[in-house]
Amino acid sequence: MLCKRIIPCLDVKDGRVVKGTNFINLIDAGSPVELAERYSKEGADELVFLDITASAEKRKTLVSLVSDVAKAIRIPFTVGGGISELGDIEALLKAGADKVSLNSSIVKDHNLITQAARRFGSQAVVAAIDIKFNGSQYKVYVKGGREETELLGMEWCKLAADLGAGEILLTSMDKDGTKEGYDVDFLKELTSTVTVPVIASGGAGKKEDFLEAFKYANVDACLAASLFHFDILKIKELKLYLKENNITIRI
Amino acid sequence: MIALIDYGAGNVASVANALTVLEEDFKITKNETEICRASKIIFPGVGEASFAIKQLHMANLFSLLRMVKKPILGICLGMQLMADHSTEGGVTCLGIFPGTVEKFDPAKTKVPHMGWNDIEITSESKLFRDIKSGEYFYFANSYYVPVSEYTTSITDNNIKFSSAMEKGNYYGVQFHPEKSGDAGLKLLKNFIELC
Repeated sequence: MLCKRIIPCLDVKDGRVVKGTNFINLIDAGSPVELAERYSKEGADELVFLDITASAEKRKTLVSLVSDVAKAIRIPFTVGGGISELGDIEALLKAGADKVSLNSSIVKDHNLITQAARRFGSQAVVAAIDIKFNGSQYKVYVKGGREETELLGMEWCKLAADLGAGEILLTSMDKDGTKEGYDVDFLKELTSTVTVPVIASGGAGKKEDFLEAFKYANVDACLAASLFHFDILKIKELKLYLKENNITIRI
Repeated sequence: MIALIDYGAGNVASVANALTVLEEDFKITKNETEICRASKIIFPGVGEASFAIKQLHMANLFSLLRMVKKPILGICLGMQLMADHSTEGGVTCLGIFPGTVEKFDPAKTKVPHMGWNDIEITSESKLFRDIKSGEYFYFANSYYVPVSEYTTSITDNNIKFSSAMEKGNYYGVQFHPEKSGDAGLKLLKNFIELC
């Protein structure tokens, strides 16, 4: 049977991994290649690199980083952050990335999902969707959560999948950084609405949160950042716990 | 020298990286002469079947790959293109393995089939030397080749499909050995050294 996946997420700025809480107090956490190797050895099933650099030289740095990471690890990885054109996607995949994660650009131009899926295959296109509950409904946010859009969470997820995205990376902005657990109610509805795999993101604080996301919400993968970066939870320990609780997982 | 075929529909970089780790002599090419001179061929593939077949025709490789006598390993879409026909784009493929490539049914399972899944080895193959049933490999596919007499391993995604196939000098794997950690490297090494 297909295994559930554990995915550490690395924030990259100017070619270095940074860690911090809610994008403030960023500390240099080392080279992306070294951290990728470490997580890969510890049993990560996949990695996500999120580029938070804001400079003109961005693409060049990112492509060379992807190429270095691809040489060092033998597990799949996704790259995201400011990717807006087919040419960018092609350069990143050619350098050795397996998937790209698209967020603001596909909200602006829905057609980009279909074009990318046709050219590179759905399996290479991850729709990253950030949602926030406004008291009555879930709204979609872009630009790193700074800008609210007209889109409704569930509708946009469904449309992104229909347009050709091969996976949905769903981040709950309400839960992100709280360590209270993933937004399992939204995720549960999402996994019964779309037929593509769903990655839960935002809110993981302990082992039980992962179990709940897999068992109750039936997600396919769980993503976490600070929990792994700050060594609060070891990937191996987490995977053993999930296995003991009858989750199909690769040890 | 191993010819790593780059026909514009493959994830060549990752396979090239794996071959570099294994310290193998290889050349990325779509040139007929170079492919003919190689001792072995690796035929990767990512993307859409009818587009990939069109690329093979444009590079004059379709007939060559049908007739080649040296060991050739199709990876992912590369293996699917070795079947008779694919329902993805309704295209005639190389016709090495009998049968038609089908799409996973979204009513029964998630599509794409994405992530680590185990294999059940169903018949002896040099590819699996020192690799046991139950080993995990990384998959990323929406289509699959049904089980046939040439299937050497089966994987279960709510439907059982061919995760590896073999017929004479033709080998195929549905998963990505170049992305499957140590087991994947082992399988590539087996292809290079034993097949």
